[in-house]
Amino acid sequence: MTGFKPVYRKELYSFFASPTFYVVALIFLVIAGYFYFSAVSYYSILSFQGMQNPMWARQLNPTEMVLRPFFMDISVIMLLICPLLTMRVLAEEKKNNTSELLFTYPLTDSGVLLGKFFATLSVLFIIILGTLPSLVYFGTLTTIHWPIVAAGYLGLFLLGAAFVSLGILASSLTENQIIAAVLAFGALLLFWVIGWSKAFAGPQLAGFVSYISIINHFENFAKGVIDIRDVVYYVVFATFFLFLTLRFLESQRWRG
Amino acid sequence: MIEVESITKRYGSLVAIKDVSFSVEKGEIVGFLGPNGAGKTTTLKIITCYMPPTEGTVKVDGIDCLENSLEVRKRLGYLPESVPLYREMTVKRFLKFAAESKGVNGKKKEKEIDRVMDTCGLSEVKNRIIGHLSKGYRQRVGIAQALINDPPILIFDEPTIGLDPSQIIEIRQLIKDLGEEKTIILSSHILPEVSQVCQKVIIINRGKVIATETPANLTSQLQKTTRIILRVKSDSEPVDSIIEKLKGIPGVMNITREHQEDSLVIETDQTKDLRPVISRTVVENNWDLLEIKLHDFSLEDIFLELVTKEEEAA
Repeated sequence: MTGFKPVYRKELYSFFASPTFYVVALIFLVIAGYFYFSAVSYYSILSFQGMQNPMWARQLNPTEMVLRPFFMDISVIMLLICPLLTMRVLAEEKKNNTSELLFTYPLTDSGVLLGKFFATLSVLFIIILGTLPSLVYFGTLTTIHWPIVAAGYLGLFLLGAAFVSLGILASSLTENQIIAAVLAFGALLLFWVIGWSKAFAGPQLAGFVSYISIINHFENFAKGVIDIRDVVYYVVFATFFLFLTLRFLESQRWRG
Repeated sequence: MIEVESITKRYGSLVAIKDVSFSVEKGEIVGFLGPNGAGKTTTLKIITCYMPPTEGTVKVDGIDCLENSLEVRKRLGYLPESVPLYREMTVKRFLKFAAESKGVNGKKKEKEIDRVMDTCGLSEVKNRIIGHLSKGYRQRVGIAQALINDPPILIFDEPTIGLDPSQIIEIRQLIKDLGEEKTIILSSHILPEVSQVCQKVIIINRGKVIATETPANLTSQLQKTTRIILRVKSDSEPVDSIIEKLKGIPGVMNITREHQEDSLVIETDQTKDLRPVISRTVVENNWDLLEIKLHDFSLEDIFLELVTKEEEAA
């Protein structure tokens, strides 16, 4: 495992030294802010109407009407920005030949890979946490259940881990960052939409496609439900793709 | 210190190096010489555990590169050919990463970084971003990272390529100084560099080692004849008749004319120095002697001879 700490620190430094991080964070927060604004605006309009109509007032639920859509919206933006964060992780090292330094230092491959994985995940989560102040503000306007918010962020973290692991695999396949980003985005989108085919997949396959779908497991978190099966899904997903990446790095070495 | 035993590397169907064996003793500076594409970089990448050989074994300090690559890597400092560096980092931050990667931590880390920056003359640029540095400075950063943690073996792949002449001299001097305590492998396709810096030369061509010798030994081995360059002038005699007369001297094997009319290359028996006899002949015949000198083989001649011989054989 030697290599985790130096590589983790180096990757964080590189992220914060590159303009990509700031542009991605800015765009993410602007879009997330827009979604937050529209969810809260809708909620406040309905609240006014609820004052006149007690029947509607019963349906006014900040978790259902703001938190859940907000977390679902963030997951969509994550799908767009994750490939942009992961594309450089291994492709850039190969392109600049710095992999030659990295893999001749006394570091294990798994240490290097995990350092890179957790650094990218940390960066992603730092960006995501940029949305927390808006929820804190919302909390001053109405009563929200903070454990639900915590579950939502845990879900985003796990979903992020899955996204990042697949993105890093894509980045290990090529030295071209654009290709890495496109591959990652395509693969993630496929894992996202595969759940939609449940309707026509046939009885046996339906269960499978909805289980394999990357976003189906997130819906519980967005509602504030932490189901251990969903946690296991994301952990296994990330571990599997990191393992594939590790194997791939090794085979690249043998081929020279 | 380094034992390379019959390694072969294939990239698909392309054979990059074939059955390469050599060994490097402790404290030697070894020059790894060959034309572009001869397999120098491939061999160095295998020694540094960057990639495994298709066949054969490499041992550093008795440790196998494949079985215990981390231990081998701890003993090596490597400067790859393209001098890859993290360009977005400052010099100091990059060296910090190198130090942490090589397991130097705590108080020792700062000291070690200061030491290598001193050795390589980087102190004044330590807070600058590597991408903004000149090529010469970047080369020094590359050497500095190799020196961190004081590895006993240093491997430099074309360390002076792309530098201006004064920088080349500086880097060579630096390598020479380092060579007093360390084992160094230095690859190059520039011959004077190797003859100046190295105690041993390994010549590689088309993926095969074709000679392993000291520069001096190489010269004497290949020099089967001694060449004397003679420039004479005579108003009365044509050059052909001069050549005829010189051929009469015992020990002279062959005489050829150089591009200049009056310049002759006399190949003689290696064991004897025929200059006194030749000069006497010149005087006796009343020719005007303009120049007489022993022609030294340069490493260039030897290299060309070896490489062309090899190519003819193939």
